[in-house]
Amino acid sequence: MAASETIGATGRERARERAAEYLLKRHRFRPAEALPWLVAIAAFFLFPERMTFGSQVLIMAMFALSLDLILGYAGIVTLGHAAFFGIGAYTVGLAAARLQWSEPISGLFAAAIAAGIVGFITGWFLLRYRGLTLLMLTLATAIMLQETGNLRSDISGGYDGLPGLTFNPLFGVFDYDLYGHTYYLYVLVVLAAVFYFVRRIVYSPFGQALTGIRENVRRMHAIGSPVHRRLVTVYTIAASIAGVAGALFTQTNAYVTLTVFDFDNSAKVMVMLILGGTGRLYGAFVGAAVYMVLEDYFSKLSPTFWQFGIGLMLVLAVLFARRGVLGLFESAGNFFAERKKS
Amino acid sequence: MPQFANIAVSILFDGLAYAMFLFITSVGLSVTMGLMGFVNLAHGAFAMAGGYVVVSLTRSYGVGFVPALIFASIIVGAVSIPFERFLYRRLYRSTDLEQVLLTIGLAFMAIAAFTYFYGPIPKSVPLPDWLQGDVNLGFRAFPSYRAFLILLGAALIAVLWYAFERTNIGAKIRAAVDNRRMAESVGINVDRLFTLTFALGSGLAALGGGLAIQLFGLTPSFAVIYLVLFLIVVAVGGLGSLKGTLLAALVLGVFDTAGKYLLADAGGFFIYAVTVAVLLVKPAGFYGRE
Repeated sequence: MAASETIGATGRERARERAAEYLLKRHRFRPAEALPWLVAIAAFFLFPERMTFGSQVLIMAMFALSLDLILGYAGIVTLGHAAFFGIGAYTVGLAAARLQWSEPISGLFAAAIAAGIVGFITGWFLLRYRGLTLLMLTLATAIMLQETGNLRSDISGGYDGLPGLTFNPLFGVFDYDLYGHTYYLYVLVVLAAVFYFVRRIVYSPFGQALTGIRENVRRMHAIGSPVHRRLVTVYTIAASIAGVAGALFTQTNAYVTLTVFDFDNSAKVMVMLILGGTGRLYGAFVGAAVYMVLEDYFSKLSPTFWQFGIGLMLVLAVLFARRGVLGLFESAGNFFAERKKS
Repeated sequence: MPQFANIAVSILFDGLAYAMFLFITSVGLSVTMGLMGFVNLAHGAFAMAGGYVVVSLTRSYGVGFVPALIFASIIVGAVSIPFERFLYRRLYRSTDLEQVLLTIGLAFMAIAAFTYFYGPIPKSVPLPDWLQGDVNLGFRAFPSYRAFLILLGAALIAVLWYAFERTNIGAKIRAAVDNRRMAESVGINVDRLFTLTFALGSGLAALGGGLAIQLFGLTPSFAVIYLVLFLIVVAVGGLGSLKGTLLAALVLGVFDTAGKYLLADAGGFFIYAVTVAVLLVKPAGFYGRE
């Protein structure tokens, strides 16, 4: 208290204002942030025949965004994020196949709630642990869900999946078309809504607390932050978003199999996020786009070389570009800015 | 013999053989992770590489199965040293995430490289006559190969136990796992110790990979599919504990086999359920340090 008394009431006011101003400034939209959305809209007009692929890119970007929330901001390293994607995918899949609930938008909400509940329950138990134990527990959760699905393949369809699902037209008006134009715009709008929500979270005081937990857990405990509650909250939110991405995946592909729970799926989304850059929101977009386009191109040439390529990219990213593609751009930008100054 | 006793004996026998495979392959991972806290997801790739060396030696060069196993462990152990020296070493003080990414990248590269040279079709290995067929123990017959696996595992446990508990190097390793800084300050070269245990662990993994061919068949994706099992054994047993790794391998091996015998549909569910149950109660594993 002594320090604040010497500054005086006006000094304290000014410091508080400066802090508020800083937080608000971060919260304001910058012009450059329109870029990815303009690219997404331009892609709609430039590649009208590749819109099914475009939807997949956007879905993976949303999935990577949900991982960014827990990995990039809260620092939770998980190997089982596909669990929530799978729960969302199966929620709409089972609802359409077994309950004839084919309305797409309410399906998204159902998927978000189902994945959120699973995220809350597993997060409550698992987020007390760190390191290898946490890695193993998250991985085991995803595999156990997959095995449960396999055990009741009379309901889930097992590894053959639930093929040929049909969904109602959006708002009862806009129907599915052969090139996936409707779905591309639908996914883009959902992604924009989710992104706005995530952006609000990470720049809120809650988001600041998450970054604090990532940087120094002990200190956050020491200043009385409810660490476990915060982690469970963000884990639940990220699970819901991954669930929505999974639901969109099922709706756009009109089929789903148990492979959505695969370790490969968890690893893939992590690779995307790392390539783009963690803890910076747009890393998810850049990573998903770069990864999917490269995969689309190279895996047609040779899946073996593609797998080698992902491995090599990961190794190089860890050794030389720990902050991803966006981090590289940022470093390059800083480098030129420094040179200009001097 | 009554039906249920027969099944119980089968479960115990197969479970024991499976546990020996898990132990041989995971023990090196446990010690290296205990020493450096390094999350090594490329361990399965060394096991897979060992398997393919055994396949090449037996099929192309006519080496016998048992000598091929020995050569494979030596070759893979030696090859693993440069990886540790030039890649792993740079990330000892990094976060879990970076270690996970580097090693999973290496695992992907290994899978792709072996797919390129050996193809994705499962490989088998020619066994000598004395490992084929059954061996009769008086009250019933057991498959010879699994009996061999159990005996080999028991012998290795004895050797490792002696090396760990009774030799100078073993004492150094235990000291470094217990408290790395203290061990360094009394003059133990932990870096060199680590390179040594890393090579030894990779060699043992290669041995496990060679032994696994007959049990599961060998494909390049072995590196990732079974990696999960090795990590589970290490996590459940407790990092850096020989006793813990053995206990975890036994528990998981027998449970998994029992699950597959009694409830074939549930597949791998049991092993994960046991893992979660153990880790929720004891987060550091059976013999890990909290």
